[in-house]
Amino acid sequence: MSSPTEPLAPTPSQTVGPFYGFALPFAGGGDMAPTGDPGTITLHGNVYDGAGAPIPDALLEFWQPGPGGSRAGAPGSLRRDQVDGTIIGRTGLDFTGFGRVGTDADGHYAVRTVPPGGVPYISVCVFARGLLHHLFTRAYLTDPGADPLLASLPPDRRATLLTTLERDGVHRFDIRLQHDGTHEETVFLAFPAGPA
Amino acid sequence: MPTTPHPRPAAAPDAQEVISAEIVQARQAYAKTVEDGAPRRDHPDRDYPPYRSTTLRHPRRALVTVSDPDAVELSGPVFGVTDVTDLDSDLTRRHTGEPLGERIQVTGRVLDRDGRPVRGQLVEIWQANASGRYGHQRDQHPAPLDPNFTGAGRCLTDDQGTYAFTTIKPGPYPWRNHDNAWRPAHIHFSLFGTAFTQRLVTQMYFPGDPLFPYDPILQSVTDDAARNRLVSTYDHDLSTPEWALGYRWDIVLDGPAATWIEEGR
Ligand SMILES: [Fe+2]
Repeated sequence: MSSPTEPLAPTPSQTVGPFYGFALPFAGGGDMAPTGDPGTITLHGNVYDGAGAPIPDALLEFWQPGPGGSRAGAPGSLRRDQVDGTIIGRTGLDFTGFGRVGTDADGHYAVRTVPPGGVPYISVCVFARGLLHHLFTRAYLTDPGADPLLASLPPDRRATLLTTLERDGVHRFDIRLQHDGTHEETVFLAFPAGPA
Repeated sequence: MPTTPHPRPAAAPDAQEVISAEIVQARQAYAKTVEDGAPRRDHPDRDYPPYRSTTLRHPRRALVTVSDPDAVELSGPVFGVTDVTDLDSDLTRRHTGEPLGERIQVTGRVLDRDGRPVRGQLVEIWQANASGRYGHQRDQHPAPLDPNFTGAGRCLTDDQGTYAFTTIKPGPYPWRNHDNAWRPAHIHFSLFGTAFTQRLVTQMYFPGDPLFPYDPILQSVTDDAARNRLVSTYDHDLSTPEWALGYRWDIVLDGPAATWIEEGR
């Protein structure tokens, strides 16, 4: 199938810069799981650069299906107070499927969510100062053995997408923007436009 | 008693001429690849040496292409009326007083590559104040903070994909990429499409800024036509008499749209 007209030229990406911290992160951005959900898991880790140093000014976004497999999402991730406009956080009832957190001063992040329905992975989008165009990756909570992306990768590359179960319900997922001489660089993904 | 080692002096920052020469070199190298038949590139190369912080923050391996039509990334987050308030799109009315600076209105449409409007989606902006200072603790630029300006705003696009903000024109500001490094005035934009694959964070610039050729962040877009798409247009019809100047900036999101969107939606 070809489009009758030439596709519009896209607007180029630019770095998120160092000063997004007062604008993009929001209260409860990492609290994706409905309040008190017994299936809540924690996904956490560090973001590292090519010298193996933690990156304190990265912003991570997470997108995933609901526990029942719905990919429709729900509004309300940044729910606002109607009186003063401050972000009061999610209702704790709806699962919006969306999370956003900045890394701490030590390059660490954490989100609390519920396992996605229908797929073994949570989609992750990485922004940072010094990164001119965001990067997509995936945090696989399990290796189902038949996933088309994992199956296409050699073992050392595949390993960068698999979370480590540290203890019950706590998954570690480190992100390495560049091979640091010891550790493999995380697999980052491209999604070309046009018919698959 | 052990002696304290002397702190190593920081490497002297490069001169603007060094950065400028690298900018020209990167642009010429790109032009040569296009001349030789390589496809044009709309986005910056993540490995762009003139912007020094890219050095350790870009992957060296090629991205892995996902062509799975069932990929979760072909859907995306949604936002609604609970996520924004009416005041969020007017950055000049967030405090008791008026911010200092030149009041402006910025508007445009958010489209996908097929020209379809992106409807009801979240647009977030953030910027420095009129003096070039961010309301961010780590911004050490010795320019005044404005107690009446925070510099962050949000809105949802309407049925035509239109967004609109009222704000003040941000000032240029210094940064430490090299000696005498200054960012041209810009507003940061964050956009969502119908699919997570269309996610975009970028910066909007103002027409005719003399700092353009010196700035490695803008110049990281080595394609001339693509780089020009980051510059807004002054639109006199958008200006409001005795109130504000108007700038127009349309945005086209890259990447596949949501697979579940029916034609004509
Ligand atoms: Fe900026």
